[in-house]
Amino acid sequence: MAPIARLLLLALLSTALTISSGSGDGYTINGRVKIPQGLGTKGFALPGKTSNVKVILNGGQIVTYLRPDGYFLFQNIPAGTHLIEVAAIGYFFSPVRVDVSARNPGKVQAALTENRRGLSELVLEPLRDEQYYEIREPFSIMSVVKSPMGLMVGFMLVVVFLMPKLVENMDPEEMRRAQEEMRNQGVPSLASLLPGGGRN
Amino acid sequence: MAIRSFLILFILFFFSSLNPILSLYEDQVGLVDWHQQYLGKVKQAVFHTHKTGRKRVVVSTEENVVALLDLRQGEIFWRHVLGSNDVIDGIDIALGKYVITLSSGGSILRAWNLPDGQMVWESSLRGPKHSKSLLLVPTNLKIEKDNIVIIFSNGRLNAVSCIDGEVLWEKDFEGESLEVQQVIQPPGSNLIYVVGFASSSLFEMYQINALNGELLKHESAAFSGGFLGEVSPVFSETVVALDSTGLILLTVSFQNGISFQQTPISNLVKDSFGPAKIIPSSVTGIFAIKMNAVTIVIRVTDENKLEVVEKTNHETSISDALPVSEGQQAFALVQRAGPEIHLRVKLAHNWDDNLLKESVKMDQHRGLVHKIYINNYIRTDKSYGFRALIVMEDHSLLLLQQGEIVWSREDGLASIIDVTTSELPVERDGVSVAKVEHNLFEWLKGHMLKLKGTLMLASPQDIAAIQSMRLKNSEKSKMTRDHNGFRKLLIVLTRAGKLFALHTGDGHIVWSYLLQSLQKSKVCQHPIGLNLYKWQVPHHHAMDENPSVLVIGKCGPSSDAPGALSFVDTYTGKELSSLSLVHSVAQVIPLPYTDSTEQRLHLLIDADKHAHLYPKTPEAISIFERELSNIYWYSVEDDNGIIKGHALRGKCTGEVADEVCFDTRELWSIVFPSESEKIIATVTRKLNEVVHTQAKVIADQEVMYKYISRNLLFVATVALKGSGEIGSVTPEESWLVAYLIDTVTGRILHRVTHHGSQGPVHAVFSENWVVYHYFNLKAHRYEMSVIEIYDQSRADNKDVWKLVLGKHNLTSPISLYSRPDVITKSQSYFFTHSVKTIAVTSTTKGITSKQLLIGTIGDQVLALDKRFLDPRRTVNPTQAEKEEGIIPLTDSLPIIPQSYVTHALRVEGLRGIITVPAKLESTTLVFAHGVDLFFTQLAPSRTYDSLTDDFNYALLLITIVALVAAISLTWTLSERKELQENWR
Repeated sequence: MAPIARLLLLALLSTALTISSGSGDGYTINGRVKIPQGLGTKGFALPGKTSNVKVILNGGQIVTYLRPDGYFLFQNIPAGTHLIEVAAIGYFFSPVRVDVSARNPGKVQAALTENRRGLSELVLEPLRDEQYYEIREPFSIMSVVKSPMGLMVGFMLVVVFLMPKLVENMDPEEMRRAQEEMRNQGVPSLASLLPGGGRN
Repeated sequence: MAIRSFLILFILFFFSSLNPILSLYEDQVGLVDWHQQYLGKVKQAVFHTHKTGRKRVVVSTEENVVALLDLRQGEIFWRHVLGSNDVIDGIDIALGKYVITLSSGGSILRAWNLPDGQMVWESSLRGPKHSKSLLLVPTNLKIEKDNIVIIFSNGRLNAVSCIDGEVLWEKDFEGESLEVQQVIQPPGSNLIYVVGFASSSLFEMYQINALNGELLKHESAAFSGGFLGEVSPVFSETVVALDSTGLILLTVSFQNGISFQQTPISNLVKDSFGPAKIIPSSVTGIFAIKMNAVTIVIRVTDENKLEVVEKTNHETSISDALPVSEGQQAFALVQRAGPEIHLRVKLAHNWDDNLLKESVKMDQHRGLVHKIYINNYIRTDKSYGFRALIVMEDHSLLLLQQGEIVWSREDGLASIIDVTTSELPVERDGVSVAKVEHNLFEWLKGHMLKLKGTLMLASPQDIAAIQSMRLKNSEKSKMTRDHNGFRKLLIVLTRAGKLFALHTGDGHIVWSYLLQSLQKSKVCQHPIGLNLYKWQVPHHHAMDENPSVLVIGKCGPSSDAPGALSFVDTYTGKELSSLSLVHSVAQVIPLPYTDSTEQRLHLLIDADKHAHLYPKTPEAISIFERELSNIYWYSVEDDNGIIKGHALRGKCTGEVADEVCFDTRELWSIVFPSESEKIIATVTRKLNEVVHTQAKVIADQEVMYKYISRNLLFVATVALKGSGEIGSVTPEESWLVAYLIDTVTGRILHRVTHHGSQGPVHAVFSENWVVYHYFNLKAHRYEMSVIEIYDQSRADNKDVWKLVLGKHNLTSPISLYSRPDVITKSQSYFFTHSVKTIAVTSTTKGITSKQLLIGTIGDQVLALDKRFLDPRRTVNPTQAEKEEGIIPLTDSLPIIPQSYVTHALRVEGLRGIITVPAKLESTTLVFAHGVDLFFTQLAPSRTYDSLTDDFNYALLLITIVALVAAISLTWTLSERKELQENWR
C-alpha cells in the first residue's frame, strides 16, 4: 500500500513541479556556514579564508560562495532531496541532505549525512578541523636511542663496558682454561685482529 | 628471487602495518612537490588603475575563472574558479571597488570585493526565454546615489543596484522572434537603446528610461534583405549590420526614425572575397569586417558614409575603446608579421596618426594574437603611455609596455587534454673534479646544518638556510636521467594545440611547441587535439634515437572529420613530421609490438570501421600481419547502449589499394535494454600496468589466484530516469548495474545491481579489482564499492604432491575462449565526498601495495590505501587475518587529513590524475591537472628501498667516528692493562 501512496504523492509532486517550473521559479535554499573562531588556527597559519569557501549543490550542479556574513543562497531549486557540500581548506564538513518539499513551500529539512543528525536550521559547522601536516616531535633522547644508529652505539657500549664485567665475574681458573683452549684452536680473538695484536 | 621478493613483501608489510598513513611535515612542502596556478584563455580583461595604489587587472577566462592580477608581475592576487557549468558572460568593475560577474547564461550576477575577492552579493536573474547575455556598467548613471548595473539576459532587461544586488526594475522583451543584439547606453544620458532583429527582416529599436525602466519609444522597420550575424555599434544612435547574403553593409541610424543605408562591400573593396562577418568593436566610428582571411577596417564618417581605412591579409585584433581625455577615444590594433608583432595605438577620430607604434619580438610558438586590451598611464613627461595585455593563440597572456614583454603567463596549461611522460637523456659527460669538491664541502656543511636542526640547536637563520637549501636542490631540476627515475619530462597537450614539456623536478617548461596540424587553417577550421601516445621509446637497440610522441588530432567535432598526426621529438621539442589523414580517427589502439627502431605500432580505427596501421613501413606491416589474428578491441556506443567486440579480417578490399588498411569484423555485441539501462561509465585496466604476482597468500596459508586479464571491461549502467542530477529521482525508480565483461569473447563475467543508486560513476580498474564511486539515494550518501575477481581453475594447485607429480595445470595455455572459472568478492562502503576523478598508484614492478588517489569535489587529492577497500574485511577479523593486515570493517571509509597528497593546496578545476612509476619500486610519480597543476612523489608503503632525504648523514658520520674513537681508546686501554698484567 505504502509504495502506491508514495507513487501517488510522486505524481502529485511532479505535477506541482511542472506548474512551478512553468512560472519560472523553483525553490530557494538559504543557509549559513559558521566557522568557529579559534578552530584550526593552532599549529599552522589558517590557509582558507571565507572568500575561498565553496558551497556545492548535488556534486557540482551549482557552486556558490559565501557572503561576508557566512550566508549562502541556492535559487531556483526543484523540489526533491538534495545534497549540499562545503569545500573549505582546513576544515572537515559533513555533507548535508536537504529536503525541499513542494507541498509546504519554504519548509526545508536538513540532516548531516555523516552522523544522521538533524538540523533545525541550515547552519553548517565543521565537524573538525583538518591538520594536513604531521607535527614534528621535539627532539628527545629516546628517539635517538631508538634509531638504528642509537641501537648500534648502545650495543657497542654494552660490549665495551658490560662484557669485561662478565669476564671479571668468571672463575679465573676457568677463564685461563678457556683462553688456553682458544689459543690451541687458533680461533682469532679480538686482540689478534687488531693491528699489533698478533704478537702475544 | 622468490625469497627476495618474499623478503621485500615482508618488509613492506612490516612498514605498512607500522604506519598506515603517509604524511608530510610542514617543512617538507615543496621538497618533491610543486604546484602551479593558471587561469585559462582570457576572455575579457578590465583594468583597475587608479592614480594611486597598485595597478591591477581583472580577467575572466574560458575555464570559468575570474581573477585579479598584479599588472607589474602578472601574479594572482585572488582567483575564483566558478562551477563547470557557470560560464562567465561578462565582467566589469563597479564603484571602483566591486568586480561584477555575469555568468550561467546571464542568470547569475555576483559582486566580488576587489581587494580580497570576497563575494559581496549574489543575485539570480530569470527571464522568459533564452537570449544573448549583455552586461553594462554605466559609470555615471545613478538612482538615488546608487550606481546601477544594466543586464540584458534571457529576454529581460534588468537594472540592479551596485550596493546590494537588488533588482531595481525589470522589463521583458517577449516578442516572439525578437533577438536582441545590442544594448547601448549613450554616455551622459539616462537613455538605454535596445536594438535587435525580429523575424529575420525587422529591425527593432526600444528606447528606455534607465532610471525606471519605462519604455519611451519603440520603433521597427523592415528591411527586405534580412540580417546576418552580429551588429556593431558605431555611434550612440547608429549601428552597422550585414544583410542576409553577407555582401551588403547596412548602416542603421535610429535617431529620428529608423533609416537604412546600404553599401555593397564590392563598392568598398575591388575584389570580392565572398560573404563577410562583422567583428564588433566598441570604438566610435570604427568597425571591422572579415572575409576569409582578409580583415578590412572601415571608418564611418559623420554622414554615415563608409570608407575603408585598412585592408590586410594579416590576422588583426582590435581592442576596445579607451577614453583618454575629454571626448577622445584610443584603441589599439595588433598584427603578427613573421617573428614580430606590430602594435599600433590610434585615436578613434584620427586614423592617420599613430599615438604609438611598436614592434615586439615574439616567440613563433605563441602563434597569432587573439585579443588585445589596452590601458594608459601618464609618463613622467606628462604624455600618454600605453600598456597592452595580449592573449595569444596558445592561450598565453602577456603584458607589453614600451616595446617589451613585461611578463608572460602560460595560461594554456590550464586546459590540458592529455599527458604522457618521456625519459630524459642519459648523462654522458663525467662531472668535473672541482665541482665535486665544491659539492662535497657544501654537502658536509648542509648536513652539519641539518644535524643542528635535528638536535634543535639551529637558530632561525639556520632553519631558513636549511629550508632554502632543501628547496633549491639543484639535483632535482637537472636535465639528465637519474638513478631513481624521479626526473622525467611530462609531455602535455593543451586545448590550444600546443605541446609543453614540463620537468618533474620543479615544473619548469623545458620546451613548448605549437603544432601546426592543430592550428586553424583554410582546410581545417576547428581542429581538436585528441590524444598523446608514446611513439618511440628507445630502449635496447635504438639507444641513439631520441624518444618521440605521437599527437593525434582531428578536424572538427564530427565523428567523420579527417584526422591529423604529428610526431614530436621529446628531447629537442621539434616536430619530426606530420600527416594529414584522409580517414577519420574514432579509436586509437597502441599495439604491444615495436619495430626494429622501437617505434610502437598503432592501429587507428576510423568511423567506417576500417583499421589503419601506423607506421606505414613494410616492416611494421609484416610484424602486424603475423599478429593479425591476436588483435581484438571493443567499441562503446553510449547513445544506443551497445558494446561491440571487433577483430581484423584482412586487407581492405574494394577501395584504393592501401597497404596499411585492414577490414574488420564484428565478433559480438551486447545490447543494453534502452528503456532501463544507460551506459554511464566504462573503464579498463591501464595498458602499461605491471602485476608482480598472480598469487595472493591469505591468512591460513591458503593461496588465491587473481584473475588477471588485459581484456576486462567494467561497465556501469543506470536507469534512464536516474541519469540526471541528484535529487531528480526517488530511490525506487533508480538503480545502477555494474558489469565485468571480457572484451575478447563478450562474455559477462559478473553483474551486480545496486538498487536505489545513481550516477555519476567514477571507477578505476587495476590488477584484478575495480573500485567505483556512485550515489546511494536511500542513505543519501556516496558509496564506493570494490569488486575483486579470482581465478578458481588454479585454486587446486596448492597441493605440493600434485606439483611434484606434474598433475598441475600451471603450464596449460590460458585462453579467453575457454570458459573461465572465476569467483568475485565485493564490498561497499560509504564515502563522504563527491568525487571528480579516481586514479591508482602504479610502480615499476607492481610489488608495492596500491593506493587509490581520489580527486574530491573540493579539488584535493586524497590517497586511500587499497587495504580499506578489501572485500575480505570483516567486523571482527581473526588473529591470522589481523596479521595479514586486514582492517576491521567499518561502514565508511576514513578520511585522514594527513593523507591528502595535495596537503593544504587545491588543484582548482581538477580534471585528471596521472600516475607514472619511478625506477625505484617504492615510489610513484603523481601529476594532477585542472586549472592548476600539481606534482608530487608518493611512496604508498613508504620508501623501504632507499633512504629518505631526511636521512642524516652527518649523524651517521659522527657515530662512525665515535665508534672508531671508542675502539682505539679501548684498544689502548686493554694494551696498557695487558702490559700491567705482564709486569705483575
